[in-house]
Amino acid sequence: MDYPAIASIFCAAFAVAFGALGPALAEGRAVAAAMDAIARQPEAANTISRTLFVGLAMIETTAIYCLVIALLLLFANPLLA
Amino acid sequence: MNSPLDSVVLLQIGPVPITHAVVTTWAIMAVLVLGAFLMTRRLDLRPGKPQAALELLVSTLDTQIRETTGAEPAPYRGFIGTLFLFILVANWSSLLPGIDPPTARLETDAALAALVFLSVIWFGVRSGGVGGYLKSFAAPNPVMIPLNMLESVTRVFSMFVRLFGNVMSGVFVIGIVASLAGLLVPIPLMALDLLTGLVQAYIFAVLAMVFITSAVNEGAHSPEVPASSPSEKDQ
Repeated sequence: MDYPAIASIFCAAFAVAFGALGPALAEGRAVAAAMDAIARQPEAANTISRTLFVGLAMIETTAIYCLVIALLLLFANPLLA
Repeated sequence: MNSPLDSVVLLQIGPVPITHAVVTTWAIMAVLVLGAFLMTRRLDLRPGKPQAALELLVSTLDTQIRETTGAEPAPYRGFIGTLFLFILVANWSSLLPGIDPPTARLETDAALAALVFLSVIWFGVRSGGVGGYLKSFAAPNPVMIPLNMLESVTRVFSMFVRLFGNVMSGVFVIGIVASLAGLLVPIPLMALDLLTGLVQAYIFAVLAMVFITSAVNEGAHSPEVPASSPSEKDQ
């Protein structure tokens, strides 16, 4: 059996699965807060949505990092080289 | 499946391997430069349609830069605008069949991030002198020097991985869906990719602007904080 390969595939799946949890919750909270703010102050919608987009992309980055780690494990694994 | 981390060598000029992404980058550069040259060759006080579109673009850029930094946009317009336009065109070039966006490869994003790193130093030194720029590392107090130096590298690295990860994951997912489901199925994903490409180009430009502004402000010892900028600390 090729244990390092199997372990890295499992780790890649776990990295993406658990790495997506936090950003998903955080994005939900961010969008909810922005909706709340726009509902209270519709005239500030432009600024709020611009900041929201930047913030969402920042939050999303943590999930993207996990994806990059998973791809490193799958395609450029130092243990299997 | 091809690894998204490798790059495909297309041809060899002397000892230098030229990858697919580099050739696409050259094509995009040629299109942008030629387009800008042709559209600005005959400027008129009474703008035609192309000139009006171009003026709209430039004034939007100016407004964004002014809102982000609170400074006059003139010194930054060229660099930030080119960054934004290049990344935007590169991200959207995946719509043309057979073309991989060069921003989905490590080397292009690393080069862009290195440009931002150097331009932060350049603008910081230009506004506060070498001493002022170096002193900005010791703010708020000298204990922070190693952390500030580390931060100036890691925030640029995080920009690089963010752009790479977002664009690459879009291309990757479209490839997987197309190979699993068929020809027309990934179209909604491609539409989502358009939005991601625009937002990522915008964020890259805004972050570069925020980093440059913080270097300029700290070097010049003016503690004013731009009103509507996103957080400078990047995770």
